[in-house]
Amino acid sequence: MSTDSMRDRFVSVVTELLDTEPRLAVVMADISVDRFRANGACARHPLRIVNVGIREGLMVDVAAGMALEGMRPIAHSFAPFLVERSFEQVKLGFSHQGVGGILVSIGASYDVAAYGRTHEAPGDVALMATLPGWRVHVPGHPDEVETFIREAARTDDAVYIRLSERKNAAAVAGADTGALVPRRRGAAGAPTVVAVGPMLDPVMEATASLDATVLYTATVRPFDREGLRALVTGTDVVLVEPYLEGTSAAEVSAALSDRPHRLLSIGVPRTEHRKYGSAAQHDAAHGLDAAGLRGRIAEWLGA
Amino acid sequence: MTYATQESNAESTTPETPHGYEDLRRLISLMTGDEKHSSSATSTLDVLWVLYDRVLRIDPRRADDDDRDRFLLSKGHGPMAYYAVLAAKGFIDEGALRTWARYESTLGLHPDRNLVPGVEISSGSLGHGLPIAVGMALGLRARGKDGPRLFCLLGDAEFDEGSNGEAIVAAARFGLEALTAVIVDNQSSSLGWPGGIEQRFAVEGWAAVTVDGRDHGALEAVLTSPHPGVPLAVVAVVEPKE
Repeated sequence: MSTDSMRDRFVSVVTELLDTEPRLAVVMADISVDRFRANGACARHPLRIVNVGIREGLMVDVAAGMALEGMRPIAHSFAPFLVERSFEQVKLGFSHQGVGGILVSIGASYDVAAYGRTHEAPGDVALMATLPGWRVHVPGHPDEVETFIREAARTDDAVYIRLSERKNAAAVAGADTGALVPRRRGAAGAPTVVAVGPMLDPVMEATASLDATVLYTATVRPFDREGLRALVTGTDVVLVEPYLEGTSAAEVSAALSDRPHRLLSIGVPRTEHRKYGSAAQHDAAHGLDAAGLRGRIAEWLGA
Repeated sequence: MTYATQESNAESTTPETPHGYEDLRRLISLMTGDEKHSSSATSTLDVLWVLYDRVLRIDPRRADDDDRDRFLLSKGHGPMAYYAVLAAKGFIDEGALRTWARYESTLGLHPDRNLVPGVEISSGSLGHGLPIAVGMALGLRARGKDGPRLFCLLGDAEFDEGSNGEAIVAAARFGLEALTAVIVDNQSSSLGWPGGIEQRFAVEGWAAVTVDGRDHGALEAVLTSPHPGVPLAVVAVVEPKE
C-alpha cells in the first residue's frame, strides 16, 4: 500500500530514470522545480532539467525542440497551463513536426478546488483527444503512474499522463497494457460499467449491490474498443470518467456501432461550477461520489 | 557559375552550387508565374541567400547530418524565396517548384519538414520557431554537441507574437551562443516597435545588431561575427512592405 501521491511518484521515478536514460529531459515552468532541486536531480542533471520560468508556451515548444534533437522530453505543469494554454504548441510543436514527447499534468479536473476555475481542467482529455496519435493515460494509482512513465521513457511516442490527487486504494494488475480490465463480472446480459482511473473505487462502491460488470481502464486513447466488444454482454453501458462528461462516448459508440446498445455517460458537467472548497465537495455536487453514482446509475437502469 | 556548367556536373560529387543568386528570381517565377513578386516573397531573399551560400554548414547530400547547422524558417509565410534557395542549393528539385501549392505538391504555402528535405521545422503559425530553436539549442547542449549552430528567421510582424518574448529571455539567460535570430524587418508590424527591434534583444543580454537586409557583405559579416556566451540577434532591414 503506497502512501505517496501520484505527483510524488512522478518525481521519484523521473529522478531515477534521469540517471539511467541519457535522452530523458524534464522541462518545467516553475511548478515542481522545487522538488527536483530538493532531491538533488537538478544538481546532477543541470542540462536535462530545464526551468523556463512561468512560460508554459515556451515550456512546450522547448520540449518539442529537444525532441527534434533526439531527446526524450517531459513537459510538466498544471493541466490548464500545460494542455489548454499551450495547446497550439502541443499541436504544432509535437504533432505537426512529427515528433513525440511526454506531457505530465497535475491538478486534474478540480484537485485543488479552492483555487477555483483557473486551476481546473475538466476538458484536458477531450482536448488532447482531438490530436492524432497521442496516448492518453489517466492512472488511478501511483503504481500505475510509475508504469506509464517508465513505458513512455522507453519509446518516442506522444504520451499524455494525467496525474491526480485522487487515487484508488490499490493499483489494478493488467492496467499497464491499456486494455479494459474486468473488476467484477455480472451475469450474462448484465449492464457494463466502465470506470476510468480514480473513478474505480467510487464505481465499485456504487455498484456493489448491482448485478453489473465493472471494467477498469487507465488508458483512454487509444481506447480499448476490441476489449469493450468482447466484454460487453448486454445492451446497457455506463461510462464513468473523472473529467468532461462524454469524453470517451464516441469511442464506446464506435466500438459497439453494429450492436443495439444504450449509453449513459457520467463525468464532470460542462457548466462552470463557481464553488471553492474541496474536490470531494465538487464530486458530491456533480454526482461523482459513490452515493451520487449509485443514484444516477440505478435511475438510468430502472433498478 | 552558370546553369549549363552545373548541368554537366550533375553526377559530380563536388558540393558546388547548382545555381547562383541570379537564378533565384527565375526559380521564384516557376512558383508565382510572373517576374514581379510580392514583398512577402522577396523580403527574405537576400538573407536566405547569404545564409545558404556563405554561412550555413550544410550539405544537400546529407540533409540530416547530425553535425549540420540548423536553419529554422519561423516566418513560414511567403516561402517562395526559401524554396527557391533550397532548389538553388540542391535540396529540392527545380521541377518541384512548378507544383507549388498544388494538392500533390510537397511545397505548400507554408513549409512542412515532413515533406521537404532540409526543412528543419514545419511553420506557418507565427511565433513558434524561436521557442523551438531554444529547445533545439538546449537539446544539442544536453547531447554535448557544441558544433552545430542554429539560425532562426523571423519577420518584424511575426515579432508581435508574445511567445517570442518568452524565448528571448530564456535564450539569453541560458547563454545560448549557438543561436542566432534573424529578424527581417520590412516594417509590417501593425503596432510597430518604437526604438527598433534590436533593443528588445539587447536589453535581455543578446548581442544585437541592425544591418541592411539587402547588403550581402554586411549580412555575411554580422552573421559570422563571434558573440561569445550569448545569442545573436540580427535585424535585417529591407524596404517597407507595399
